[in-house]
Amino acid sequence: MSQNKPNAVQTTGHVWDEDLQEYNNPLPNWWTIAFYITIVFSIIYWFIYPAWPVGHGFTTGFDKITYVNDQGETKTSHWNTRALLMKEMNEHAEQQKPYYDKLMAEPYDKIAKDQDLLNFVASAGKTLFGDNCAACHQSGGGGKVGFFPNLTDDDWLYGGSYDKIQESITNGRHGYMPPFAQVLNDEQITNLANYVLSLSGEPSNAAKAAKGNELFHSQAAACFYCHGADAKGRHVIGSANLTDKIWLWANVPAVESAQGKVEAVKKVIESGLNKGVMPTWGGRLKPEQIKLLTVYVHDTLGGGK
Amino acid sequence: MFKHEWLETNVGLLLVFTMLAISVGGLVEIAPLFFINNTVEKVEGVRPYTPLESRGRDIYIREGCYLCHSQMIRPFRDEQLRYGHYSLAAESKYDHPFQWGSKRTGPDLARVGKKYSNEWQVAHLMDPKSMVPESVMPRFPWLLTTPLDTADLKDRLMAQRAVGVPYSANQAEYERNVKEFGAENAEMLKIDDAQKNLLKQAQDGNFDGDRTNVTEMDALVAYLQVLGTMVDFSKYDDDNFVQYR
Repeated sequence: MSQNKPNAVQTTGHVWDEDLQEYNNPLPNWWTIAFYITIVFSIIYWFIYPAWPVGHGFTTGFDKITYVNDQGETKTSHWNTRALLMKEMNEHAEQQKPYYDKLMAEPYDKIAKDQDLLNFVASAGKTLFGDNCAACHQSGGGGKVGFFPNLTDDDWLYGGSYDKIQESITNGRHGYMPPFAQVLNDEQITNLANYVLSLSGEPSNAAKAAKGNELFHSQAAACFYCHGADAKGRHVIGSANLTDKIWLWANVPAVESAQGKVEAVKKVIESGLNKGVMPTWGGRLKPEQIKLLTVYVHDTLGGGK
Repeated sequence: MFKHEWLETNVGLLLVFTMLAISVGGLVEIAPLFFINNTVEKVEGVRPYTPLESRGRDIYIREGCYLCHSQMIRPFRDEQLRYGHYSLAAESKYDHPFQWGSKRTGPDLARVGKKYSNEWQVAHLMDPKSMVPESVMPRFPWLLTTPLDTADLKDRLMAQRAVGVPYSANQAEYERNVKEFGAENAEMLKIDDAQKNLLKQAQDGNFDGDRTNVTEMDALVAYLQVLGTMVDFSKYDDDNFVQYR
């Protein structure tokens, strides 16, 4: 660069380090032309799309978008992202429509036999379940002991039929068990815990379990009111089946020692439960999405019965 | 004739003219929004946060939740399907500052309200990985053990009021709020009763699962549970808000 031909280009006149000079060339042509093109482009853009504020409104441009709303009315609007969204939702809804129409039209027992529809439920349900249900029930529906029930097993607090699952999703649930710490003494609660453990074949003290059995079915504790005389729970109120080996609130299988298992059950009896809240999805999801999720939980995850 | 050289060799002038050129962009794009009638949609249900929710929002900001979570669902199909109805300008009209954001390390939270139970929110804030194994969100266990500081509650609401959030400091403002938000909501916006209302909402809501105290967890969960729930979209046609753009 130091061997400049004299007068070949202009320089700014600045000189550093004896011979280091700054060129003062005009901008390259491709650059200036590109710049003028952007100006032309912007003027065209103003005419097509919403652009300039005018008073309390703005120029809306010539471009139009036609879409169909949920009421089935065809509407035309100037170009904007919200109308564009409506149009895009239309286009994709069109592809899923045959499946959703069939899903809504057919009763659950017919859906269960329609493999094509079940395939659709499995693929569309995976996304819906992942977005909405998996945070609590986990991605495979396995649930979380102490918090959220497993959806893949045969144990259902509120019932595992299609109708019951749909009801749970639509209206939500709220688990409740009164605390017994103030009602029963420690010995009584220990006896009850032993009885509850004996129901599902967990290690327990037979003598204490016998006393617990008596208490369970007595008016003093009245456990049978909610859990039933057979201790199998009642779907109407969501009381747990105590006779199976599935535990939600007291994590009995995780505890090694017999004493620890008793303590785990005692804790639930003492403090009761005011949790197990399933949010209401009726307002957030559409009826066809709820029906799809019902089939997904019942058949794809396979927990329904 | 005007020559570039004149600007480029006067650094002070260059600075002034550069700033002028840049502010044209801002003025043209931003200033008109304050005068266009349709900028903020006409919609029912949007109200200022209750004192407890407002304190929750302060904690949201203090903990830097906004660094990873946006609160704006854009009008795109994928966002609508995942998060729900796109956000309206009206829904953040009482937010100072707004929490829209564009950085999503975590999911958008604009409609997280009522999506999960209080119990989930608490367990998740205590240890996110326990609920979402693949999560990279840090833990916030101190929220559950730190009592909520309400000593400066009135000052905080007065500051919000000063920038235009209609918390009421006198009878006339209270009556205006009754008209605009209904009696029940207007009660919650009274600055003089803020302390009492905050305690009551925390007790009734039992957000952190412990009624004996009011913790920062109570406030944050109360705030999260109201996000995006104020507007009842079932009252509007699904294309109602197209007309505002």
